Amino acid sequence: MTAVAELRSVGFEYPAAQASSRTREPFSLREVSLAVEPGEIVGVIGPNASGKTTLIRLFSGLLRPTRGEVLLEGQPLARMTRAAVATRVGVVPQDVPRDFPYTVEELVLMGRFPHAPRRFFESVEDRRVAWEAMGQVGVRGLAGERCDRLSGGERQRVMLARALAQEPRLLVLDEPTAHLDLRYQVECVELLRRLNAEQGLSVVLVSHDLDLAGHLCHRLLLLSEGRAARQGDPEFVLETAALQAAYGCAVAVDRHPVSGRRSVHVVWPEPQTTKGR
Amino acid sequence: MKPGARLALIVGGLSCALLAVAMGALFVGSAGVPPGSVLAVLLGRELPEPVARVVVLDLRLPRIAVAALAGGALAVAGAGLQALTRNPLAEPSVLGVSSGAAFGVVTGQLFGLGTGLLDSLGLTVFAFAGAFVAGGAVYLIAARAGGLPVHSLLLAGVIVGIFFSSAITVLISLVDTNRLGGIIQWLLGNVVPVAPGALAVFTGVAAIGFALIFADARRLNLLALGEDAAQELGVNAVAVKRRLFAGAALLVSAVVAFAGPIGFVGLIVPHAARMLLGPDNRLLLPAVALGGGVFLLIADTLARNVVAPAELSVGVLTSFCGAPFFVYLLRTRATLAAP
Repeated sequence: MTAVAELRSVGFEYPAAQASSRTREPFSLREVSLAVEPGEIVGVIGPNASGKTTLIRLFSGLLRPTRGEVLLEGQPLARMTRAAVATRVGVVPQDVPRDFPYTVEELVLMGRFPHAPRRFFESVEDRRVAWEAMGQVGVRGLAGERCDRLSGGERQRVMLARALAQEPRLLVLDEPTAHLDLRYQVECVELLRRLNAEQGLSVVLVSHDLDLAGHLCHRLLLLSEGRAARQGDPEFVLETAALQAAYGCAVAVDRHPVSGRRSVHVVWPEPQTTKGR
Repeated sequence: MKPGARLALIVGGLSCALLAVAMGALFVGSAGVPPGSVLAVLLGRELPEPVARVVVLDLRLPRIAVAALAGGALAVAGAGLQALTRNPLAEPSVLGVSSGAAFGVVTGQLFGLGTGLLDSLGLTVFAFAGAFVAGGAVYLIAARAGGLPVHSLLLAGVIVGIFFSSAITVLISLVDTNRLGGIIQWLLGNVVPVAPGALAVFTGVAAIGFALIFADARRLNLLALGEDAAQELGVNAVAVKRRLFAGAALLVSAVVAFAGPIGFVGLIVPHAARMLLGPDNRLLLPAVALGGGVFLLIADTLARNVVAPAELSVGVLTSFCGAPFFVYLLRTRATLAAP
């Protein structure tokens, strides 16, 4: 079976000037390979500046690898137009931009652009697909609302609907639960699982929440300093020594009391007993 | 309603409004031609006094055409720049682009370019070069990794504007005093009657500028998501930026060459249109092209009648309305002023 998307020993270096002006960290990648199979949910985990965001930006073609190549359904991404990439890969941003004046329906319709970039107004078919996408994430009732007036959880579902309107094979999410409270985190996981199960949609997501990644993903990639430290099912990757080496802090891994899956805890340093007391 | 029908309705309605205002403007003026004579001229009848014919056809009509074109061009340039920079305060005069174009025109005038057909083409080229240099300078000063922050964009615009204004001052101190009056009058922003040939040049340049921006209307909508997100949806953001920048520079330089630097039209008209029609650039750009024409035509008709037989500069009038409006936007949209 052809992988939906594949990174073939890709390397990435930001141009020296850019790396120093943006940040002190290089965010570079070295020799990483990752194939996302149809219907698979893959989680990319690792410390800050380990290259997670760089890696998922390779899937959408926003960044081009300086070494190796990216394939979408077996075809080299480098030879596709931006629009062709966007009909295969849908990126879900963390949030709606500030002061974004469009309505939910207008935003979701923007996801139809890559299917006919020369078209000036969306077609009836475009509207149908957008309506369908809004139904899948349950935001039809918000169609006429302005995006920047929605709650955090609603904004994320709306962004997800926009990506679904692209009718992609692969969904890419950067920290999908970063701004969400617990209830919305659960909703987000359920939604992604349902889309994955019902439509066979493949998903790549970056997360700092190792428990969430371990519960949602079929496979994890642990990045450390731009290299794949470990790759495999959560049982294999969420392991004390590997995580401690990657994150550089003490962790304890045990089982979740309800699901029985691996659960990662930080070993918080205890307050030191000071002499003065 | 289908978006195409909505667009047709907006364009139709505003075209009627523009025609009505233009007709009205033909009947008022300091020359005191009675309405009956204006009608007679328009219907092509012979008149006992030939001066009415000159006033209506050679003075008022071309002036009305220039005002409508200049207003539309400035409003489209403003709306386009606001969409591109995702900044509601972007406007040709605020961004220093108008000053750059004005510097180009003054330079051209010093080289002896007048008001003939070829001269007006030459002046437009000078204005375009000036607008391009000023706009490029603002962009290079303000651009940061990840976009154009509001603060630095406005500051860069002000600085570049001041620089080119000073450069204009240097140039006009070199001019002999006889020619000074005309240049200063032009610098205040005045709509003046233009010969038919020059009017055709103006129309052509403005049409190209409008077409460059309007063709990207849907892509400009997507750019509201941010440059990265737009690219991930298949938009070539760099190409859109270039086309929009060229289009806006063309529009502004044509206006500056033919009517002088008129400020704030590109701020007032797009904001009013957005309140009525929403943010979709596919409807907004044609609407402001016509609405800007209506706005400047009304402003110019006021300017040539309120202190008749003297005349106000229309640029003074638009700045009197525009500056308070700018302050209002700056205060009410304060979240946007945060870096």
